[in-house]
Amino acid sequence: MIDFTPTQEQQALIDVVRRFVREEIIPLEADLDPDASELKPADYARLKRKIQDLGLYGMDIPAEFGGPGLDVTTRALLAMEMTQHRGGLYTACYGVFGGAGLAQLYEATDDQKERYLYPTLKGEKHGFFGLSEPSGGSDPARAIRTRAVRDGDDWIINGAKLWISGADRADYGIVFTRTGEGREGITAFIIDTDTPGFQVRRVVHTLRSAHYATEMSFDDVRISDAQRLGPVGKGFSLANDRLSAQRIPYAAQCVGVAEVAHRMAIEYSKIRETFGQPLAARQGIQWMLVENEIDLRSARLLVLAAAVKADSGEDFRTEAAVAKIVATEAAGRVVDRAIQIHGGLGVSKELPLERWYRELRIRRIGEGPTEVQKMIIARDLLGKIAG
Amino acid sequence: MSGLGIRNDWQPLTAAAIGELPGTLGVFEIGDDQGHTLYIGYAGGRSLFGLRSPLGDYLAKPPVVNAQFRVELNMQYISRWKELLMDHQARHGSLPPLNPAEDAFALGHLGQQSGKTKK
Repeated sequence: MIDFTPTQEQQALIDVVRRFVREEIIPLEADLDPDASELKPADYARLKRKIQDLGLYGMDIPAEFGGPGLDVTTRALLAMEMTQHRGGLYTACYGVFGGAGLAQLYEATDDQKERYLYPTLKGEKHGFFGLSEPSGGSDPARAIRTRAVRDGDDWIINGAKLWISGADRADYGIVFTRTGEGREGITAFIIDTDTPGFQVRRVVHTLRSAHYATEMSFDDVRISDAQRLGPVGKGFSLANDRLSAQRIPYAAQCVGVAEVAHRMAIEYSKIRETFGQPLAARQGIQWMLVENEIDLRSARLLVLAAAVKADSGEDFRTEAAVAKIVATEAAGRVVDRAIQIHGGLGVSKELPLERWYRELRIRRIGEGPTEVQKMIIARDLLGKIAG
Repeated sequence: MSGLGIRNDWQPLTAAAIGELPGTLGVFEIGDDQGHTLYIGYAGGRSLFGLRSPLGDYLAKPPVVNAQFRVELNMQYISRWKELLMDHQARHGSLPPLNPAEDAFALGHLGQQSGKTKK
């Protein structure tokens, strides 16, 4: 039997993060716009220093690159804690814990690591991940039409990308291009954003008020072969290799937000009275809370099961896909019920519920939509006959 | 970058014009009497009366004589505000004169960047 009780070390980390969110992050949110995704610069710098002093900065950075070397299970447990505030789902603790940079850069050449990976890990540079295009994102092996054509020691790139986060603020991007046919015809390049011919054409507004996607174009962008990331034709596997692992913390973040929403709903149902009784006395409300509890326990267990499998070194693609589907969809239902229980207050910006409702809707699409996750699971169940 | 700005017409910054606005969230611009943008702002979730609140503040202390304003009702007010700032930056090389420097913090770029020749 697998025991998901945190170890002593895990619990100590959980307690530190929980206290940090409660004492440092939540108080600041009282002065931020309800849809804000950034702290004031002075607060960000102060809290980042605090996290660095605690030795928790860059927790997603692999140990061989100076990170704390957390396993996937610990990372998932901390992800559930870090998101438990208004802006937590997409900007857990407003980024003061640092990021891991673009994971594909860990496969870069030494020169590329010096120019891009290490500055990124230090927070000196920011990159974007340029995979999706107007023609598609779920099936990049077929959908990618941005072309890279060899020209001597250089490559010339033409095309467009869409739904790309952070490109307008990035110093460089990892861009996946077509150099041949099919899955083996994708090649990745690192492109500096001030390269002639590259431009971010527009922002794309979404359900998230504070954050947007971007559309970009490449018009005869000439780059050296030294900017190629990985072998020609191996871009698809470079993009794919880390996707399964990323899905686990992605799912865990949804669980964290849903847990707060559920707690809010329980507390509110005890104090809010209608027709002379608290809401909690009504069976209809009780059953909604019970369904929340079942959804949350299922999601949490499946996320941790996927994390444990990932840590075991065995293939965990199916477990990650299951966790992603269940967590993203369950969290949406939990927040929806929490809004219903809160009534008018639930749909107002006075509470974080409406923001989580909008943002969780996106989680069923990002990092591979539910339908793609189901394809992964079907292939595991049925083999090649599943397509 | 044309076409990204607020498309509604400029209106004189008067109590009557502001009073006609719904108490909705969105973005706004303050301009001079020639229609040059002086400030780009937004009315967000903490705004008591939506767009009327920040515009009322400017009415109380107008930055120029015969100031004007224009608005766009938009629930995606933060991303739209950033887009307007980036658009202004791309077209004019800087933020509007009354936007503080901190509004440029972590602001992105639209269009072609410096375009310095890469080897």
